[in-house]
Amino acid sequence: MTDSMQSDPIQQGIDKLVKAHDVVLFMKGTPEFPQCGFSQRVVGILNQTAVPYAAVNVLLDPAVREGIKIYADWPTIPQLYIKGEFIGGCDIVTEMSANGELEALLAPLRPA
Amino acid sequence: MTHASTETSIPKPEQLAELVRRHIPDAQVEVGLFAGDDHFEMHVVSAAFAGKNRVAQHKMVYAALGDHMRQRVHALALTTSTPQ
Repeated sequence: MTDSMQSDPIQQGIDKLVKAHDVVLFMKGTPEFPQCGFSQRVVGILNQTAVPYAAVNVLLDPAVREGIKIYADWPTIPQLYIKGEFIGGCDIVTEMSANGELEALLAPLRPA
Repeated sequence: MTHASTETSIPKPEQLAELVRRHIPDAQVEVGLFAGDDHFEMHVVSAAFAGKNRVAQHKMVYAALGDHMRQRVHALALTTSTPQ
């Protein structure tokens, strides 16, 4: 985060969320009821991995919906974070799921 | 819904490709629509992506598209790669 971001309570809140969970998905809707095809696709991929994840419905709060774009310097939602690091949106997650990179990141986080 | 200026109208696929080529000179761009007139799919091949991770590669394309990305492009399915 830049200094100006650190003084923004929304950015602070997002940062806290991202670091509080191993896997965090910012999405439109919920895993049970995704409200966007791209969010739905990432939920489907994550559900297949059997690794628990926290999901944040950005539709509930316009400040988070805009703030997460600033946080990652990334213009679209969904956004996936693993171990505090921004991994990508739907296209990148789909690609990483297909080529095994996602599994390599998530395998150590899978509950025994 | 009508748009008074071309700046706020939905860009055509070829306009988006031109923006990418302007910012990433060696880029080979394939672009099309996968739904409606504002759901784009694009594949960009450029040597400028070498040594960059996918997030950084996509950010280069988003930067090239500028305000289009935030305003009139409802969805962009993007893949990037370096030349074979």
